[in-house]
Amino acid sequence: MNGPVFRALLLEHGFDFFTGVPDSTFHTLWVELDADPAYVSATSENLALGLAAGAQLAGRQPAVVMQNSGLGLSLNAFTSLLQLYRIPVLVVVGWRGHDPDDAPEHRLIGARWAELLDSVDLSHAVLEEGRENEALAHATAHLRDRGTPYVLVVPPGVIQ
Amino acid sequence: MTVAISLARELTRADAVAAAIDGVEDELVFCATGMISREAFAAGDRARSFYTIGSMGLVASLGLGAALARPDERVLVLDGDGSVLMGMGGLAMIAERAPRNLTHVVLDNGTYGSTGDQRAISDAVPLDEVARACGYAHVVQVDSRPALERELRCAREADGPVFVHVRVAPGNVRGIGRVTLDPEEIARRFRESVS
Repeated sequence: MNGPVFRALLLEHGFDFFTGVPDSTFHTLWVELDADPAYVSATSENLALGLAAGAQLAGRQPAVVMQNSGLGLSLNAFTSLLQLYRIPVLVVVGWRGHDPDDAPEHRLIGARWAELLDSVDLSHAVLEEGRENEALAHATAHLRDRGTPYVLVVPPGVIQ
Repeated sequence: MTVAISLARELTRADAVAAAIDGVEDELVFCATGMISREAFAAGDRARSFYTIGSMGLVASLGLGAALARPDERVLVLDGDGSVLMGMGGLAMIAERAPRNLTHVVLDNGTYGSTGDQRAISDAVPLDEVARACGYAHVVQVDSRPALERELRCAREADGPVFVHVRVAPGNVRGIGRVTLDPEEIARRFRESVS
C-alpha cells in the first residue's frame, strides 16, 4: 500500500482532521499530508495530540501521525487528557527500531513500545500488509464504541 | 542577559479570570490546568467552558484544534505563563495557522500558582514579545481589569489570532474549590454544546 491510497482509506473511514510530526517510516504518506493545506504540522507529538483533542471536541474525527519516538513524550497527553476525558483519536505510529539494523536511538522504544502502551491501558494494533481496510474498520469501531484513543503501529514497508 | 520583570501588580488572576468569564458570550473557552480552571469554574460554569486537569502545556493546542475545526465559532484560551512556557511550540503553531477566531489570553503571574507559587522563568522572559515574534496578528498587554475587558471586547471582533498578555499578581484565592465535574462529563457536554 502507498501513501495516497492509505490516505484515501483514512478519508473513507471518516477521518477528516490530520496533524502530526513527520516520520520516515511512511514517506509517501507524508508527501500527501504535506500537500494538504489543512494538515497541521505540530511542533511536538504531545501538542499534536492536544490539537487533535480540541478538534475532536469540536466535532471532527482526527488522525495523528507520528514516529514511535514520540510516544514517551505523549504519555501525559494520553493519560491526563485523551483517556481521562474519553476523547477518541486515531494515532498512526511509525515503527522505528523494528529492523535490527535500524539506528541505535530507536532500539529501546522499537522493542518496548507495546509494553509502554499496555502499561497505561492504551489500545493498539499493528497494521498488517493487505489488511489495512480491516484495521481501520476495527479502529473506527473502537473509537466509536469505547471513546478512547487507538494506536495503529505501522512496521516499515507496509505503507511504501 | 535576563530581563527582570516586576511582579508588583494590582490585578489578581482570579479577578482577571472573572472578567474574562463575565465577558464571554457564546465562545468556546479552554482553561489551563490548575487554578485557572478552578477560578473559571467558580466565576461562572457553562457547558462551552472546557476545564483541564493535568495535560499541562496543552490548552493552547486544544484551543487551536477547536478553532480550526470550527471557524464559525470564536475560541478563547485562558492560559497561564507556566503552561505557555511548557508548551512554547503552541505559540508557533497558533501563529502559523493564524486562526482568525482565536484569542489567547495568558495570565502571567511569574509563578506556578497551582503547585505552591514556585518561580516560573516568565519573570525574565517577556511572553508578549515571544508571541509577537512568532507572528500573532495582534498582541496586547494589560495590567488592569478595565483594560482587559476592553481588549477582550476588541478581540472578539478582530481578525486574530490575538494574544492578550495579562500581568497579574502572584497568589491564589484561599479556599477555592476544585472543578466538581467529571472529566468525561466536561467533554460530553462541551461536545453537545458545539454540535
